[in-house]
Amino acid sequence: MAVGQNVLRKEGVEKLTGAARYIDDIALEGMLYGKTIRSPLARGLIKSISFDTDFDWSPITVCDWRDIPGENFVALIENDQPLLVARDVRHAEEPILLIAAESRTLVEEAASRIRIEYEELTPVLSIEESLDCREIIYGDDNVFKRFLIARGEVDEGINQGDLIIEGCYRVPHQEQLYIEPQGMIAIPTDTGMTVLGSMQCPYYVHKALKQLFNLSDEQAVVIQTMTGGGFGGKEEYPSMIACHAALLAHKAQRPVKIIYDRAEDIAATTKRHPGVIRHRTAVTRDGRLTASEIDIVLDGGAYVTLTPVVLSRAAIHALGPYRCENVRITARAVATNTPPNGAFRGFGAPQVAFAYEMQMEKIALRLGIDPLELRRINMLKEGDITATGQQLRWSVGSEDVLNAAVERSHFREKQEAIQIERASGDSRKRRGVGLSFFFHGAGFTGSGEAKMKARAGIEITDQGRARVLSSSTEIGQGTQTIFCQIVADELGIGFDDVEIEETDTSRVPDSGPTVASRTCMVVGRVIQLAAREIKEKIKRFAAELFGAPEIDLMEGRFVEGGKVLASFAEVAREYAAQNGKLKVESQYASPMGVEWDDDSYSGDAYPAFSWGAEVAEVEVDMDTFEVSVLKITTAQDIGRAIHPLLAAGQIEGGTLQAVGYGLTEELVWDQGRIVNRMLTNYIIPTSMDAPDMETVIVEKEYPHGPFGAKGVGELPMDGAAPAIAAAVLNATGAFVSEIPVTPERLMMIHEGTRRESNED
Amino acid sequence: MKIEFEINNTRREVDSPPMRRLLDVLREDLRLTGTKEGCGEGECGACSVIVNGEVINSCLVPVCQTAGASITTVEGLAKDGRLDPLQQAFLECGGAQCGICTPGMLIAARALLDINSQPTRDEIKEAIAGNLCRCTGYVKIIDAIEKAALDP
Repeated sequence: MAVGQNVLRKEGVEKLTGAARYIDDIALEGMLYGKTIRSPLARGLIKSISFDTDFDWSPITVCDWRDIPGENFVALIENDQPLLVARDVRHAEEPILLIAAESRTLVEEAASRIRIEYEELTPVLSIEESLDCREIIYGDDNVFKRFLIARGEVDEGINQGDLIIEGCYRVPHQEQLYIEPQGMIAIPTDTGMTVLGSMQCPYYVHKALKQLFNLSDEQAVVIQTMTGGGFGGKEEYPSMIACHAALLAHKAQRPVKIIYDRAEDIAATTKRHPGVIRHRTAVTRDGRLTASEIDIVLDGGAYVTLTPVVLSRAAIHALGPYRCENVRITARAVATNTPPNGAFRGFGAPQVAFAYEMQMEKIALRLGIDPLELRRINMLKEGDITATGQQLRWSVGSEDVLNAAVERSHFREKQEAIQIERASGDSRKRRGVGLSFFFHGAGFTGSGEAKMKARAGIEITDQGRARVLSSSTEIGQGTQTIFCQIVADELGIGFDDVEIEETDTSRVPDSGPTVASRTCMVVGRVIQLAAREIKEKIKRFAAELFGAPEIDLMEGRFVEGGKVLASFAEVAREYAAQNGKLKVESQYASPMGVEWDDDSYSGDAYPAFSWGAEVAEVEVDMDTFEVSVLKITTAQDIGRAIHPLLAAGQIEGGTLQAVGYGLTEELVWDQGRIVNRMLTNYIIPTSMDAPDMETVIVEKEYPHGPFGAKGVGELPMDGAAPAIAAAVLNATGAFVSEIPVTPERLMMIHEGTRRESNED
Repeated sequence: MKIEFEINNTRREVDSPPMRRLLDVLREDLRLTGTKEGCGEGECGACSVIVNGEVINSCLVPVCQTAGASITTVEGLAKDGRLDPLQQAFLECGGAQCGICTPGMLIAARALLDINSQPTRDEIKEAIAGNLCRCTGYVKIIDAIEKAALDP
């Protein structure tokens, strides 16, 4: 069996020897280097563009919006984001012109010879400025999207409670900071356009390219090259870069490469949505939630892009993994003149998780109930009903993860030890321990998967091996490996006899984007079904071939009654000789009874949730207010772990990104431009900042996932920020309602100068 | 300017403007694209190579400074088709995810093990502190380096 085993990752050796080709490693004959000329202004009108007449422009290819053959937008949810600004600049770093030349030096020189003049307009730069509507930049009221989730009777619930607790929480932008910057190469072909590059979603790029040049499915070809991290940052933005490279390539009739440098990548591409989240919770004295009102406002940036989908996930997760009969969740996303915010691992959930967990800490504090006990009283269990009215029918690991995290971290013992230490006198360094409890819906929200109908397939090669056909990308998380494991076991052949087709839209069907913790659970399931069908077909064929009706395929061999009749490869070759290529494509169908209503925003929001609990131990220096995270113990229920080592790698990596979110990662803005656009001043955790981590994988199998698997990609991003803030509260008594918990912020809270520390 | 050095145990000569970054000479002139560029300012360590036994960021070093030097890049780690014990350990321990920081990590780890064959976990953390990884949380990278040290 391959499932559950830590087999070696498929593309491991090429990554370790330097042989793997990432986009910037590819150089083509006659290739030009492209560059994007961007607006320094957050909002304004272009008055004039001039090109220095003393410069020789003949070797330079220049594109502006008039070179766009069709309509000027990036194809996504709403077609409101232009590829190149025609007149109205809506955010800093917005693309205006594209230039290309034979060398990077020449292209930089040309860039310095362009002058753009603007008429400045007053920009809207924060959620507050957007809500006050003094400047209208979208629709009538600057609101991109609204959701309402209502359940029970909130007024009644408030009456049932003994007290009402309010909290306001703020979460910041966060940069994905994949170590490989964004990049694309576009190659004009006789029939259309081929684009290679670093991306999560080849079919998003395919759609954008088709729409740009009005190409057929076959004329636009998109190939994912080895991708050096994505984390959501390479979900939607690559479509923009691909179209830019393609525009230049089309005009020059030569291949064009665009690689962003780090500063451009940080300044111009999407970020995690910042937000303000307000909670008003009614509770009984013994700690039961009787009503919960939650208001979410996210900053979408200048264009709609994926914001409605992020907002939806935020709203659905806003109450957290807790039971409450009376709930009202209002959610809005507003427009600002800042670069569009977009997909980032967690997709709205880490924002609301910080808020709901800090609200639980606040409730515990006010009621004088132990924070762990408060979670136990209110946690969702199997059979319970969520805020959207979803009854949790299967695979609910809530209690298991909480128990595992508490036991493995020795949470109680640590709490006591800290109390004793505290009683023995004040010291400069104070320790604290805190916990968080969270859940994450796997797959697209609501009817998303039913509409997407993800496709994937398997074909048997001439060598008698199984080849997986899917557009789900390998971005480090192990897609290639786990897909091969699933096929190996379902089909009954060896892991080494399964291979993966290149992620090339001319060769693989649309499995949907590589996002939303859906690759294993949803696409893995489709692949499992394809393998099942292949097995049926080839077994039937072998049964006839050998006159052996009871024949079975196990570990690559056809056997009957303990006797080996032939190898899989032999039979596969014979099948191909008689019937042609054996190839099966399957499609996702929602499990029976999983239903969602878009109008009332209620029902089964996700086919399954993954569950997590996390304990953080911190040490706070009371002179400098620096927080060191010493250890994180995390227990996560992800269903069956197809590859426990890769799954643990996802959990550890996501947890450290969440440590950065909670502690150090902060963008500094000046008039809508990011100031700290370098790795020297946008601080992600190094090996020295990384805490010791202990990971417990809980496997509550999901009956409709491949071998019981759920999603693992995003859940690890949800828990660390609130666990750290809770530990800081335990250590210092400072209640943190805004992240990151920088020394400056913590000092201000500690000294009681911050507004929110005085709020209650 | 003609510059000669030894790279991965082979003598090579390049003709390049002296102030070009070593990184560009490796990647563009010698097509040794295993060495990556993540930031171009010496922060991420994806461009790490060993020059005369020391780990350097090849994005910060002008090629003229390496005249006569002995340079090791990730392409030079596997010998005679056999992976370096570090590469093998990264493979087995899950030390590489997206793989973009991996060449630099391997180089930093190789330089560590060359001078300290039995490092502690803290020493490992310090040795790779100049190499950023956004995928792994560093746990499995440290595991891998520890394993390679125990099991060379």
